[in-house]
Amino acid sequence: MKNPRNAYGEKLIELGKKHSNLVVLDADLSKSTKTIMFAKNYPERFFEMGIAEANMISTAAGLASCGKIVFASTFAVFATGRVYDQIRMDVAYSQANVKIFATHGGISVGKDGASHQMIEDIALMRVLPNMTVLAPSDATQTGKIVELMAENYGPMYARVGRANVPIIYEKEYMESIKLGRGIIVEDGADITIISCGTMVDPVIDAQKRLRKQGIQARVIDMHTIKPLDKKLIIKCAKETGAIITAEEHSIIGGLGSAVSETLAENNLSVKFRRMGIKDVFCESGDPKDLLEKYGLNEKHIIKNVRELMLL
Amino acid sequence: MKNYDETTINKLELTAVKIRKHIIEMLYRAESGHPGGSLSAVDAIVALYFAHMNHNPKKPNDQNRDRFILSKGHAAPALYGSLAESGYFSVNELKNLRNINCLLQGHPVCLYTPGIEASTGSLGHGLSFANGVALAGKLDKKDYKVYVMLGDGETNEGQVWEAAASASHYKLDNITAFIDRNFLQIDGNTEEVMRLESIRDRWNSFGWNVIEINGHDMVQILEALYAADSHKKTPSVIILDTIKGKGVSFMENNIDFHGVPPNEMEYNLAMEELDVLQKKLEASN
Repeated sequence: MKNPRNAYGEKLIELGKKHSNLVVLDADLSKSTKTIMFAKNYPERFFEMGIAEANMISTAAGLASCGKIVFASTFAVFATGRVYDQIRMDVAYSQANVKIFATHGGISVGKDGASHQMIEDIALMRVLPNMTVLAPSDATQTGKIVELMAENYGPMYARVGRANVPIIYEKEYMESIKLGRGIIVEDGADITIISCGTMVDPVIDAQKRLRKQGIQARVIDMHTIKPLDKKLIIKCAKETGAIITAEEHSIIGGLGSAVSETLAENNLSVKFRRMGIKDVFCESGDPKDLLEKYGLNEKHIIKNVRELMLL
Repeated sequence: MKNYDETTINKLELTAVKIRKHIIEMLYRAESGHPGGSLSAVDAIVALYFAHMNHNPKKPNDQNRDRFILSKGHAAPALYGSLAESGYFSVNELKNLRNINCLLQGHPVCLYTPGIEASTGSLGHGLSFANGVALAGKLDKKDYKVYVMLGDGETNEGQVWEAAASASHYKLDNITAFIDRNFLQIDGNTEEVMRLESIRDRWNSFGWNVIEINGHDMVQILEALYAADSHKKTPSVIILDTIKGKGVSFMENNIDFHGVPPNEMEYNLAMEELDVLQKKLEASN
């Protein structure tokens, strides 16, 4: 088990050493987002912006205009919805080299309630031209994704959750992770489950159990939601004939929407279902209870796969 | 305090008239745009580009250049006119303002137009952006200056005050902000729409060095810029007492010309008035 946020903090220190033009901004949440790790190592290149996210994003764009690689972090809910206009004008429209790294995405934030459970961020960022949208699944992948964000030019948004996640990828696997390229985590011919971020781990667990039940599910980790790996989706649709998407995000506008657009536009009439938050605001609660109530755990994945296969 | 000889001032005043004519011409051709706020802001912009700033139109991305950010992006014609006359692009481009497939967008875009530092048009962002540029300057130990112009109505935006606090917190004495204090915004007088006074006290209480001047007086503008540049430890704000629509009698203090271009008759009248002004300045040279 390792927290992707820690992987972010560690990678920032490493990248800070490598790139003297890398700077980091935070809005009074550096202990939670783990940018504090960078702040301690490179205090002169860390800017505490206080609880003023709009100012943080536009300031990030100003720094980027002077050749800085800028990481700006806060919780996903404040990193996107609250500052949509600043991201739109100063980052996306201006093609600024700003990397928004958001933590505490999704409902597994838990007890803070719906005010802090961001389920629209991927939709909001995906709709912006020029924006790359990422949702890494474990600590290893998060480290690699952060590195790729720093070393590829342009506006990017990445979100991770709050909780610890079991390690899915061994370190050796890191080099094969590429922006815009989905990963076949497990192969199978009966159905494809495409997920991202925090949902990849329960999907892998579900896949193992399904295999014992005689269902061979293919598992895709779609860490890059934009630009989307359409080729892989088309291949999976043709080869398995059934697709389920799973994300800790609204079923509207996120990974599920992106995949369904690809399927529809390529005339692929496969069995299809989106798992995600069904157009509601959730509530306070233990993350486990929330994921059960809103249908986003291993049990629900298995149920959805079986139902879809029976259709 | 520097001394500015009469010839220099006269030349700047002439340039300002020339750019006022560009503004009227551009907006008349484009059949849309914002005359009032362009005409009120133009003198300070001319002072920056034609006298005060360290910049080179041949090297618009020079790392050591002074930067100007037009936070009130709707005054783009004033900036486009100044950039064209400085040589960032051909004066001919001005006639294509707001046309399809053209360099000059309705509001400034850094990707499209040489010399534009920030994409603006949604109000309230520019000072924050300037903060980023100023922080980078401090970090890189460069001595460039960052100038940013905000509308008075624009300071209704909460983000302006986030940025004001941040600039002061980080002691960004390499920033000078202008407030184009023309007392008018779309829905009326600024004090009736959303009271701003005392602007001086507001900026003072945020830790800024406040300078108040006549925003149409070239000598005062240049002196204020010099004073702001010399001021250390805190950012400076120059409150420009201006007239919306300045230079065209029937546009002055007339909110109807905030976002409405002149029709043919108005265009002819405005150009006549500006021609008279130009001749007067040329005669006194």
